[in-house]
Parts: sequence; structure tokens; C-alpha cells
Amino acid sequence: MKRLLAVFVAMLVSSVAFAQQGPIKIGMSMPQTGGLAGGGKAALVALRMWVEDVNAKGGLLGRKVELIAYDDQSSAANTPGIYTKLIDVDKVDLLIAPYATVPTAPIMPLVKQRGLLLMGNFSFQVNATVKHDMWFNNAPWSDAPSWFAGFFEAGQKLGAKTVAVLAEDQEFAQNLRKGAMALIEKHKLKVVYEQNYPSSTVDFSTMIRAIRAAKPDIVFVASYPNGSVAIVRAVNEIGVGSSVKIFGGGMVGLQFTPIMESVGSSLNGIVNYNTYVPGMKYPGIEEYFARYAKKAVEEKVDPLGYYITPYNYAIGQMLEQAIKATKSLDHRKIADYLRKNEMKTIVGPIRYGPDGEWANPRVVQAQFRGIVDKNVEQFKQPGKQVVIGPQQFKTGEVVAPFEKARGK
Amino acid sequence: MRFWISLLVILGLAGIAAGVMKNEYYFFAGYVVLQFVVLATAWNLLGGYAGYVNFGTAAFFGLGAYIAVLLIKAFQAPLLVQILAAAAVGAALGLGVGVLTLRLRGIFFSIATVAVTIIVETVIINWRYVGGATGVQILRPQSTWPFESYIEMLFFVALVLAMVAVIIARYIQTSWIGRGLRAIRDNEEAAECSGVPTLKLKLAACVISGALMSAAGAPLAMYQSFVEPVSAFSLNYSVSALAMPIIGGTSHWIGPVLGAVLLGTVQQVVTVTISSELNVLVVGVLLVVFVVAAPEGIVGLARRIFRK
Amino acid sequence: MVFSLDLLAEAVLFGILVGCFYAAVSIGLSVAFGLLDVPHIAHPAFMVLGAYGTYLLGRYGVDPILSGLLLAPLFFLLGVAMYRFYYETFEKRGTDAGVRGLAFFFGIAFIIEIGLVLAFGVDQRMVEAAYIGKSMSLGEIRIPLRLVVAFGTALLLTFFLSLYLSKTFTGRAIKAVAQDEPALRLMGANPVRIKQWAFGIATAVAAIAGAMLIIVGPVEPAMDRVYIGRTFCVVVLAGLGSMSGTLVAGLILGIAESIVLTMFGASWAPAVAFGLLLLVLGVRPQGLFGR
Repeated sequence: MKRLLAVFVAMLVSSVAFAQQGPIKIGMSMPQTGGLAGGGKAALVALRMWVEDVNAKGGLLGRKVELIAYDDQSSAANTPGIYTKLIDVDKVDLLIAPYATVPTAPIMPLVKQRGLLLMGNFSFQVNATVKHDMWFNNAPWSDAPSWFAGFFEAGQKLGAKTVAVLAEDQEFAQNLRKGAMALIEKHKLKVVYEQNYPSSTVDFSTMIRAIRAAKPDIVFVASYPNGSVAIVRAVNEIGVGSSVKIFGGGMVGLQFTPIMESVGSSLNGIVNYNTYVPGMKYPGIEEYFARYAKKAVEEKVDPLGYYITPYNYAIGQMLEQAIKATKSLDHRKIADYLRKNEMKTIVGPIRYGPDGEWANPRVVQAQFRGIVDKNVEQFKQPGKQVVIGPQQFKTGEVVAPFEKARGK
Repeated sequence: MRFWISLLVILGLAGIAAGVMKNEYYFFAGYVVLQFVVLATAWNLLGGYAGYVNFGTAAFFGLGAYIAVLLIKAFQAPLLVQILAAAAVGAALGLGVGVLTLRLRGIFFSIATVAVTIIVETVIINWRYVGGATGVQILRPQSTWPFESYIEMLFFVALVLAMVAVIIARYIQTSWIGRGLRAIRDNEEAAECSGVPTLKLKLAACVISGALMSAAGAPLAMYQSFVEPVSAFSLNYSVSALAMPIIGGTSHWIGPVLGAVLLGTVQQVVTVTISSELNVLVVGVLLVVFVVAAPEGIVGLARRIFRK
Repeated sequence: MVFSLDLLAEAVLFGILVGCFYAAVSIGLSVAFGLLDVPHIAHPAFMVLGAYGTYLLGRYGVDPILSGLLLAPLFFLLGVAMYRFYYETFEKRGTDAGVRGLAFFFGIAFIIEIGLVLAFGVDQRMVEAAYIGKSMSLGEIRIPLRLVVAFGTALLLTFFLSLYLSKTFTGRAIKAVAQDEPALRLMGANPVRIKQWAFGIATAVAAIAGAMLIIVGPVEPAMDRVYIGRTFCVVVLAGLGSMSGTLVAGLILGIAESIVLTMFGASWAPAVAFGLLLLVLGVRPQGLFGR
């Protein structure tokens, strides 16, 4: 009887403590509409999966975890207001960055000034000028050479001498372009066309025609989803010329399954970056994809979720490990832990360099081959994206010239 | 006399609030409302008093923000310098725009002001030094005593700017300048014939209005820590600066203040509780409602009620 | 930047195709503003509304051009209602109404834009059709079929509207009401009903223009802003009241934009329409063919 009473009292006390403490609030904005929504919606599903998993195991530090996510509409203008609200009105305990460089760039000064930890979400070199020491990016790239592994080398092996550069005028594409220019110089290639286009551009026929007239060997594109799709369609309509050996490099959006499905065979021949292609092995990742696929169908988002979702799940895993190890929510303590330790996640082990980016990048450049229209299942098969670099993941050589690889 | 005393009282209240309120978000939201008080009051100088509907508020506002960015990047200039420089450039743009477009009637003037906005925005987009289309990150300096945070200080700066704008508007309204502008609004040809220096007065209104709008834009750089052209030159600023005086009442200096405080507060509340789209819709709907049903604005309605 | 005669020739060709499209988009405004003197700054917003209507019908498999034609009568009624409201509230009451009328239409444009955002989100929307995505070859040059379709539709639209305005009684009455209202009244026609009819036609044309807009490329709710510049540029450049001038002005704008795009880059393109507008207003405000 006494033991029962003791248990009962203990339960009461702990539940009161649970309730009194309130949930741990993690706040973020995520593009649910706008150009980045294709990745943002899927990423949010993955994060919610992690929240469910962690709560099923009893939460963190004995408290439930709650995720507060607003829609920033893929716009840089909305995030400062949203994150100020998260900090001052919703009073969240932890912050995760929105998916992608452009919505994240505006809030870097804010988090640095207020001394807050920010978990990065697939942005590229967004911490380069602000140099915040409590920033940890989940993306498997660090700087430009890691991103372009194999891209320019493959071009040179095919005898390329000239490059055309087409970059969107926004933070991500411009950061990538600057990195690319350094590599282009290093490989002693000549730039024969360079154009920065506004994000609102919908018609690329003029630019594609100009690129064709310049007869480049390599065409490097840095674009966000709307631009990537429009550029691929324009290339399909008008053609980019027989001189081009390699086309692509930094086109965001061609990794989202709905976009891959809708663009279909126009993808063939394009060499583009990716974070995961079928065939790459990480502990627990296949089981994760199986669980994710079920949720994706329910939530009507990207059914395969290869590109970004496991990395968002990994953010959760990293926070979980750091909080459990430091037994606190103090941002400085968590940041120190993340800096010093290697974390185990479903995308492999992650260790951070001093700038908050991965010390061991794992991003690949892959060429689309044999893609047909209106078929989602084909993207589950290895061989549809042939990895041309870096060496440790390589599965084949580039097929050139570009027009031939497209089957035209 | 009452006017000046009420200004001091407001300043005092704000000071007490700053000491008492710990939540920074009130200052964050309050700044926006005060910013719109300046914009609405400035707009009304040309739009309400003289009857020239300026759709280019965003051009001046955005330009002010970018002058601030330029000074921060080049000289690390303090906020006061940024504001004064922005006001000067805004005045110059106002003069230029006035000289070019004030000869045009009604809708052409308004369309021309939209054109100016897009052109200024396009020039900024192509100017890499201030960030171009990508935008630029701004690091705020640490705040100075007696303010606990930089946002609090910006709130006070905005309050002072709002008071300056109101003082100017009140002066213009009650002076010969205001009488001249009203004559222009009622019948420009008749005013010309009676010897009113219409062009000089219109230009003066343009210049002062432009200077104030740009001054309101300058602190935006520090406020947001990030400036990019699409949002800095957003048409939303132009429509709000127009809607607020119309809602408040265009004939008296207190109209724009009322409109800005009312509409601005509603917008902030809606943004926090529902969504930021809806707050833009609120502006559009209220604008149409007032333009159709109550063209004299709240001031007009109040006059009608009190006359009874 | 590679600058060659071939590239320039291609730019001019594309400019002609796109310019005709701009003319068709502006022709509704030519009627509403050029003939009727209504400060209809919401015209591009109605066009975008039409584009979204086409998108909705497209989800059921309806061809875009057909959607445009189906939506036209609906938009006609919408236009009639809008003008009626505008007339009762503003025009009847005098000159001060001009300023308020402008504010009114700006408010309407805003409401339409935000309404679209709330209904469809800020994402870009497209339609599928057999002629979208393919191109035809003219020697070395490949021309996207979607531009050709828009070009053809625009030409037909302009042609039929001009015919209507010059050959039919109502059409001629519309032109007359702009020039000499009292004379029209003496001839037994009711000017308000004529203007209503004209506004309805202008809005119906906006629906078809919207269909063309979504054929040419993806649409998003804020697109009306850039088209305010283009349509007003065309209408002012043409000269108020000139229908045939609209086609010429549209071509000029299209070619100018295309050349700027090719030679200076995409980031300067938005300023072309507005820059040209300011130039015309400053140098020759009555336009090329204006009265």
C-alpha cells in the first residue's frame, strides 16, 4: 500500500513538474509557400517527425518538445520580423534557421547581437561576413571547392577552356558564384558570358540565346527553384548550342521530387549538386526514408524526400545529443558541445569546423541520365544520377557534349 | 500652447514606458507605427494639402534606407548623420521629381511617381556596393545609455522624427504656405490667376515631403539589420502612406497621425496574431471603404458629429 | 557580353512577339483610360485575376485560350458593375473625385492582389498545353511556340476590337463619348450606358489578356505591379484614344525591352517601361497618335 502511494505521489509530483515547467519551445520559420516551398514543406515534416520521436522517448530534460514554425514565404523580408517575434513574443528556448540562404541571411546579425544559438538549415556561406560563433549548419558542404567537387575538373578533362556564368541575384547564388569564380581562375578558364538575373525573372530565352551565341564549353548556373525550372525549360525550348560540354552546377530545386517529376526528361545531361543519391549508405537512413515516405503521403509533400529531409531530422538529433550531454538549454553550453564533439546522425557522423560548417563535406556532383517523363519511381533507382565527384562517391564519368547527353 | 505641452507629455509617457516595459517587442512594433506617422504626415503635405496624389512614397523611403546603408558601409556614420544625409537626398529627389512632373495633371503625376519608384529601385538593384538585389547585412553598434537596447533607442528616434514631422505639418497648415496649397487643391488655375506662386509652393511641398520620407527610411537599416531593395521599395509603403491620411482625414495635420496610429496598430496586431498578408488586405479594404463612404476621413466624421 | 548582329536581330524578333502581347494587354486600358478617362490603375490586376481564372480552369483540363474566351463574358459583367459603382460614387460628384477615384482603384488593385495571395499563395502558377514547351525553327533561330500563340491571339484581339470600334454603332458611340459627350446625348444614346458597355469590354479583354499572360510564362499575384508600368507606358506612348497607336506603342516597348535585356542584362529591364513612360510624359505627353 505504501509503495503504491509512493508511486502515485511520485507520478503526481513528476506530472506537476512536467506541467509546471512547460514544454521546450523550438522556434523557426520555414518556407511553406514561395519558390523554396518544395524543400521547406518536406523539411518541416521531417522536423515534426523528430519532435514526435523525441517526445515518445520522454522528451528532453523531462519536458515535452514543441515546435513553433511560421511560414516566411521564401522571402528575406519576412524573417527578421518573424524571428524577433519568436524571441520576444513566443519566447522560444531554441532557434532553428529557415531553410535556405536567402531567408537566413537577414537574421544572422540579429542572432549574433542577441547572443543566441542558431542551427543552420541548408544555407551556403551565410556566416562568412557575420562570423557568429554559435552557428552550426546542417548542410554537407562547407565552401565552394567542396560544393564543386569534380565539376570543373571533369570539364577540364574534356578540354574545356571557356565558361558562361548565369547566377541569380541573391545571397546564395552570389556566394556560390564568388566561390566558383575563384575556382574558374584556379583552373585557368576564361569567362565568356556573365549575367546576374533578378529573382523575379520568368523568361530566360534572351539569356539562353546570348549564352548560345557566346559558345562556352562549360555553363555554370546558380539558381533557386523557380529560376532553375524556367532555365531548364528555356534550354529545352531553344537549346544552348553544341559547344557546351557541361551544364549546371548550382541549381537548387532540381533535387525536389515534384520538380524532378514535372521537368522529367529535360533533366537529362545536366550535372548538378546533390546531398543524397540512391546508393549512398548511411546508418539508419533507409529505415528513415521508409518512415518518412508514409508521412509524406499523408502531408502531401515530396514523396521521396532525399535531398533535405534527413538533414533536418539530423538537426533534431544534434540538439538532442547536445542537450542530453550538457543537461541544459543554455545556448553557450550547447554551442561548445556542438563545436567539440562528433555527433551521430542518420546522415552519418558530423563534426564542425570553426566557422560552423562541416569539417568533412559530403556533397556530390551528379549527372542525370535516362530520365523519362512523369515517373516518380525511377528516382529511387541508382544510376539515374551518376556521381562524377568527389572521388569517394564517384560512380561514373560525365557524358559530353551536353546536347548529346540530353538525347537531342 | 496646448500643442507643445501635449508633445512634452507624450515624450514623458514614452520615457516612463521605456523604463517599465521589459518586452522589446513593443518597441519593435511601436517603431513601425511611428515610422508610418512620419510617412503619412509627409505624404499629406503634398497629397492632402495640395491635392497631388503621390504614389512614390516608397522611392523616398527606400532611398533614405540606402543612403543610410551607404554611409554605414563607407564611413560607419552615426545615426544622426544618416538621418540628416537621407533628408538632404530626399529633398533633392523631391525637387527633381517636382520639377519633372508637377506640370502633369492628376493621374499622370501619380503614375510618374510610381515610375520614379521603380527607376530608383532598379538603380539600387544594379549597385553592388550597397548590396544590389542580394541585400546587405548590417551590424548594429551597442546601445548607449540611457537606453537598454538599440531598438529602444530607435523607438525614441522615431518618436522625435514623428514630432518633427507633425510640428512642420502644423506650421505649414496654419501659415500662408498652407493657404496657398489649399488654393491650388481647390482650383489651380484660379490660384495662378490670383497671384499664388503655385509652382514654388508645390515644389516646396515636394521637397519637404521628400526630405521627411527619406528621413523616416534612414533608421530602417539599423532597425532590420538587413536591407534589400524589394522590401525597402515595396509598394506597400506607398499605399499605406496614402491610405492613412485618407482614413484619418487629409485636411488637418492630426488626420495622418490618427490614421497612422490606428491603421499601424491594427496592422501590427494582425501580423502577430494572424498573418502578415491579412494586414496588407486590411489597408486595401479600409482605403476603399473610406474613399467611398467617408472621404473626409475620421477628422471629417468627428467634425460632423461634433457639429450636431 | 557578346554583341553580334545575329543576337540583335533575334532580340528584335522576340521584341516584336512580346510587344504585340503588351499591346493586347494594354488595349483594355486604352479603352478604359484613353477613351473613358477612368484612372483604371487596377486593369493589370484584373488581367492577373484572369490569368488565375485560366489556371483554375486549366486544372480541369480546359485549354488556356478557351478559358480566356469563357471568362470574358464573366469579366464583362464584372467590368460593368465596377464602372457603375465608380460612376455613382465618383464621377457624378465632380473633379475632386479624380484623386479619390485613383485611390479607389489602387485599393481595388491591392485587394485583388492580396486576395489572390490568400487564395493561391505566393507560388508561381503555370498551365500546360500542347503548344507550351515546344518551339519552332526559323533558320538558326528557335522561337518558343507559346510566344507565337500569344502573338497570334494578340493580333486577332487587336484587329477585332478595332473593327468593332469603327464599324458598329456601339463601337463608334464609345469613341464618340470620349470626344463629344453632349453631341452623343443629342443623338439619343445614353452616355453612361455606353461607358458601362465600354468598361465591360475593356475588362473582358483583360480576361483574355490574362489567359495569354499565363501562356507566356508562370504568374504570381504581384505581377500586376510590373504591368502597371508597361500598360500605362503603351497607352501614353500611343496617345490617349488611339487604338492602332496601341499596337505600334506595344511593339516599340517590346523591342526596347528586348534590346535592353540582351545588351545590358535582366536587372535593367523593369526600368525600361517606366523610363520610356517618363520620357514620353516629359517630351511629348500627347503620345505618338494622340488627339
